[in-house]
Amino acid sequence: MNDFASAWPDAASAYASNVDLLALFFMALVVILSAPVFILMVVFATKYRRGKNADRTEPINRNMWVEVSWAVVPFLLILFFYGWATSLFIVHASPPSDALEIKAVGKQWMWKFQHAGGQREINELHVPVGKDVKVVLASQDVIHSLYIPALRIKQDAVPGRYTELWFNAEKPGTYWLACAEFCGTDHSAMTGKFIALRPADYSRWLAENGSDGSLAAEGEKLFVSSGCSGCHSPDAKVHAPSLAGLYGRPVPLENGDVVTADDQYIRDSILLPQSQIAAGYPHIMPTFENILSEEDVLKLVAYVKSLAKASEENLP
Amino acid sequence: MSSVTNHDERPNPDNLDDPGLSETKTERVSYLRAGHTLRSWLFTTDHKRVALLYMMSITFFFFIGGIAAAFVRADLLTPSADLMTNEGYNRAFTLHGVIMVWFFLIPSIPNTFGNFLIPLMIGARDLAFPRLNLLSWYIFILGGIFTLFVLILGGVDTGWTFYTPLSSMYANGNVVLVATAVFIVGFSSILTGLNFIVTIHKLRAPGMTWGRLPLFIWSHYATSVILVLATPVLSVTLALIAAERLFGLGIFNPELGGDPLLFQHLFWFYSHPAVYIMVLPALGVVSELVAAAARKPVFGYKFVAGSSIAIAVIGFLVWGHHMFVSGQSIYASAVFSFLSLVVAVPSGIKIYNWTATLYKGDISLDPPFLFAMGFIGLFVVGGLTGLAVAMLAIDVHLHDTYFVVAHFHYIMVGGTVSAYFGALHFWWPKIVGRLYSVVWGRLSAMFIFIGFNFTFFPQFILGYEGMPRRYHVYPEQFQVLHDMSSIGASILGIAYLMPAVYLYYSLRYGQPAGNNPWNVTGLEWTIPSPPPKHNFDEIPTVDGPPYNYPVRKEAKHA
Repeated sequence: MNDFASAWPDAASAYASNVDLLALFFMALVVILSAPVFILMVVFATKYRRGKNADRTEPINRNMWVEVSWAVVPFLLILFFYGWATSLFIVHASPPSDALEIKAVGKQWMWKFQHAGGQREINELHVPVGKDVKVVLASQDVIHSLYIPALRIKQDAVPGRYTELWFNAEKPGTYWLACAEFCGTDHSAMTGKFIALRPADYSRWLAENGSDGSLAAEGEKLFVSSGCSGCHSPDAKVHAPSLAGLYGRPVPLENGDVVTADDQYIRDSILLPQSQIAAGYPHIMPTFENILSEEDVLKLVAYVKSLAKASEENLP
Repeated sequence: MSSVTNHDERPNPDNLDDPGLSETKTERVSYLRAGHTLRSWLFTTDHKRVALLYMMSITFFFFIGGIAAAFVRADLLTPSADLMTNEGYNRAFTLHGVIMVWFFLIPSIPNTFGNFLIPLMIGARDLAFPRLNLLSWYIFILGGIFTLFVLILGGVDTGWTFYTPLSSMYANGNVVLVATAVFIVGFSSILTGLNFIVTIHKLRAPGMTWGRLPLFIWSHYATSVILVLATPVLSVTLALIAAERLFGLGIFNPELGGDPLLFQHLFWFYSHPAVYIMVLPALGVVSELVAAAARKPVFGYKFVAGSSIAIAVIGFLVWGHHMFVSGQSIYASAVFSFLSLVVAVPSGIKIYNWTATLYKGDISLDPPFLFAMGFIGLFVVGGLTGLAVAMLAIDVHLHDTYFVVAHFHYIMVGGTVSAYFGALHFWWPKIVGRLYSVVWGRLSAMFIFIGFNFTFFPQFILGYEGMPRRYHVYPEQFQVLHDMSSIGASILGIAYLMPAVYLYYSLRYGQPAGNNPWNVTGLEWTIPSPPPKHNFDEIPTVDGPPYNYPVRKEAKHA
């Protein structure tokens, strides 16, 4: 019988196996902590049943330390698990800087993924095994949550901000992918496939689904067609910040704060330009909120990011 | 027909010594017979009658919420959508959640048994503000009618959590009306909490010091503090949702410059303490049932009393554990995770102290104790699985899955509803003055326990396997466990109906209960059952600790 084996869900990454190990040990602790209660309740209810002869004389002194001990000892045991679970969580929350980046947009009721090379897919996510992959999540409308049970991870996609999630899938295969945060009428249809491929297969998949250009190249097209270049190109007459080398740099704001020009800052500057104004520039940037979708913005962010790399390469 | 002959054999209802068969002497002077008109019930200020008004109303809402659950479980028998549309399914589970949380669980024990028993237990003639008490029932009913009205209009599909911006900008249905209903019913909670706090402070009988209060009172005191402090936050939050939906005010919707996570912070700042509003009264009930069953003082009275207060205080500091995958700062998550483990300590103390109370007790296996045992078992499982989801790395996997659904049903249904039935079986003879069939009581305690586990245990496994909650259609691999759960729910549904039959039967044919049918301590058992309108002819003086049962000590034999 392999019923048990099939009941236990697939674990497609080392992290997932670690979570399983933690969960199994914790279940053992649960049994250890609760068994005395169950056993003693049944034993006492039998032994001291009303009408049954039993020695019911109580010891004279109640030991206060007994009470304290059954509060403290389980708590210390649980603290050990707290340390374990929290350290695992910190790993989960800290994507490696060189991870392969994939953009995801949640939208009622589908998942859209964009690869760095410009490949796009809906409700399917192809990734290479053995490689750190980071998914940057955005939402077009309500809160969604990208959940890949085989990896034991999920992350909410929150409108108005970028969140991220990373993994290193080990076992090639096709797994289930779902939206875990209730998002309206067809929430339960917002599911798809998570497909982990061997690196060679992944390269082939990328090539077969090749697009006109990389994400950054598509961003550049948008940069021109949406009119961004009219102000932000070096030869523009309007006094607007140059975007070359901007990404990752500190930006002084009009109100005295200094922020780092990360994905979130660039997104907000496009959609909510009046919220953080770079010091020394007039308030003339219009909002693109009803013009650009979250996917378009992700492309523009990729383009601005590529400008930073380009300017680094140009340095002597 | 025998009842007709009874009437014929009772020629003189004014003669209290006439041994009429259908009414005992104490019944004729009890609060139940103090006025027979509908008006005497609807305009009563007697805390006991208000308690019964609440009992009838929440039973009605429990039934409505149960029907919604039945629809949900029936549809989940197969992986595809067969009974309802996606929209209909979403409306069904939203209805189930809204009704069960605000119209059954929160008012369940405090507004029925709390209302009935707090004055009796502390030796008072009524609550401090009897008219306010009646007003809070009317507000409750107004909120309830509003909700039913929305139901007829087509319902709402946001889930009981009303997450923004889904609820404020995107959802179909009558979000504002439901929010209004919950807003209204919130005032009922606040008034009840206020009433209880003042009553417990000011109306204790002479000698009823804080150290002599029954543990039921301590837990209701802690509950009342939460009701008064947390409910206004919910009211404010719901008002903000209405403002955003009606006037486009940017509070939670990022397109308008708002922050969707702000809603979650505000919502859970109320709704996590609200879990303790549902659980603390149940813990108080079980302390009473365990002491009564074992005929012993509760082991470590001060620890058990203090743990109620500790739960109420720490319970305000753990709301962020609902947001571990929301994008909340990881440092905040680490702190909330730690505090969530801390809040489990006082609950653990109660469990172990109840077990110790049973040691060398004189334990009766009557229905109230069986319900209490069921409560302890299910509450332990619910609590410890709660610790599992408080662990960050485990929660990232289990958040928003059936594991969480199973966990909170173990606490709220396995816990609170078991305690509610335990309280009903313990104090029923006091409330109506008649004894019910103990055999049927034991059977229904067992059926509820079995049906409950059958329904919800498979959901732990479903959750770990990755089945998300609030899913109408689901992959085929989950069907077997879903079917087990639905079959269990049918058993549970029938088991919940059983007490209605034999308790109703007892009203008519039960033996008169006498003052103290269980032979236990407590001021409520010193007066007739059912109690007279003004509870105590003379306000009693208390001169000893609670649960003052005779205990044999070793030293006396030496």
